[in-house]
Amino acid sequence: MADLHKLSIAELSDKLAAGECSSVDAVNDVLASIDATDGKVGAYLTLDRADALAQANVADERRAAGESDPMLGVPIAIKDLLNVKGQPCTCSSKILEGYIAPYDATVIAKLRAAGAVLLGRVNMDEFAMGSSTENAALGKTSNPWNLDHVPGGSSGGSAACVAADEAICSLGSDTGGSIRQPAAFCGCVGVKPTYGRVSRYGLTAFASSLDQIGPITKTVKDSAILLETICGHDAMDSSSIEMEVPKFADKLTSDTSLAGVKLGLPKEYFVVGMDPEVEKSVRDAVAHCESLGAEIVDVSLPNAKYAIAVYYIIATAEASANLARFDGIRYGLRVDGKDPADLYGKTRAAGFGSEVKRRIILGTYVLSSGYYDAYYKKAQKVRTLIRDDFTEAFTRCDAILAPVTPTPAYKKGEKADDPLKMYLDDILTTPVNLAGNCALSVPCGFASNGMPIGLQIIGDAFQEETILKVGHAYEQTTEWLARKPEIS
Amino acid sequence: MSESNDGMDVGYVAKLARVDLTEEEKTLFQGQLDQVLRYVEQLNELDVSDVEPMAHAIPVFNVFRKDEVGTSLNHDDVIANAPSASDGHVRVPKIIDQ
Repeated sequence: MADLHKLSIAELSDKLAAGECSSVDAVNDVLASIDATDGKVGAYLTLDRADALAQANVADERRAAGESDPMLGVPIAIKDLLNVKGQPCTCSSKILEGYIAPYDATVIAKLRAAGAVLLGRVNMDEFAMGSSTENAALGKTSNPWNLDHVPGGSSGGSAACVAADEAICSLGSDTGGSIRQPAAFCGCVGVKPTYGRVSRYGLTAFASSLDQIGPITKTVKDSAILLETICGHDAMDSSSIEMEVPKFADKLTSDTSLAGVKLGLPKEYFVVGMDPEVEKSVRDAVAHCESLGAEIVDVSLPNAKYAIAVYYIIATAEASANLARFDGIRYGLRVDGKDPADLYGKTRAAGFGSEVKRRIILGTYVLSSGYYDAYYKKAQKVRTLIRDDFTEAFTRCDAILAPVTPTPAYKKGEKADDPLKMYLDDILTTPVNLAGNCALSVPCGFASNGMPIGLQIIGDAFQEETILKVGHAYEQTTEWLARKPEIS
Repeated sequence: MSESNDGMDVGYVAKLARVDLTEEEKTLFQGQLDQVLRYVEQLNELDVSDVEPMAHAIPVFNVFRKDEVGTSLNHDDVIANAPSASDGHVRVPKIIDQ
């Protein structure tokens, strides 16, 4: 009965259904694993053990009463920017210390309906602004594969806890790569769903036209299960799409043939400066997919190289507006001032970290009178070109294969003092957010220093089934899953 | 109040954004953000005069809902988050001097 924390969603779900263990057993194993390793990994910000066990008890009762959802009784960790009623939601920012969420995000309500056990809240870059989880004001998270290395970000805690078997699965959010990049850095699977697939209600907004919530899991099948649970139209998010949710998991079978599938290889994604080990692993993965029957075709995404410039204009512009709500009036930190303006300025000075301040200032600038056309409107136009490139590419292929990141996880502190250097790392993930389509990150090898490498499988809008199918076929016919980090 | 095109005045923009900065932060951010703005200049290589701007990834048009009374958040839970409150209201500093 031991070691339930090491299982995938599918494996645990089978055991629960067969009556071989209870959800309480699973939660106890996961809590024991957290006790043993989280002192080193630092994924969790808050953990309510009694509440998790109470939820597990309810899940066991629901199963006894005949319910059978694949998420029923499965422990899941939540990125600390999703509102869970009665729990803190700090976004790893001092400005939200003490805030208690008065409502459930829609994805949380869906998880509760399915019977998942909400374990606790995991660390992230403050307000999801960062690529290493070093911009976190309330916790420090390490990469389970090597504690001197960053876990990636911004969903660093979500990836680290899954890699370290401190949760069966987790939820993250992806605005410019914040699910795919930490998943790649920590050897997990992560999905950035198509914009509009998943309701953003209850997600603390960073850049509203880019943000999507998605799964971080141990296997592709698990991502399919979790995605199916959280997808769907929601009247509370008018950008969510009215479209039937496919049975993502049912389509993933033991048939690993990719015959008839056309996979595009964008030459622009193998850029100068890419780590040779990353390039080799990804090219090997491409050859492997070809050996499974896929046809490999060359595609071109000529404007993808502008994605960082476009992203850091649009994302900061939207952030400057979204983060205006943190003003010390209705919730969170307040630093008193002689008048309201003085109070706002002082509160935001004390409550926000450096990266958040930089982005708010940059976003305010690109939206300001006289600069709007030169920066913001221009970026929106180039965004159209980036999306058109994908539209053209998907007339020639079913999915696109690419690296997730130019390098594997780097050492802590290596890029912390150079914002632009950190931004440039997002070059391979941001185009998908700008275009709005979907992408998956799946482990495809290890660097010589032992750090994991990720393969990115990019799909057209609402083609999650295709990327899950390719990812599943690849994963089931390779051995990367078998490797686990030794945390020391 | 810099209106010149050769960079932003970080102190001025921070004031617009209601974020007080220390002198050290002003100097640090000025250098870092000038670097970012120089980087984004590359967009000027492109002629986009005939391109439509894109504000939203997936085309959705006006979304209407029925004008019905729904459930609101619990008032006490919401007010409990306020840094200062009295009688079910959020307290703020005086705005108008009499």
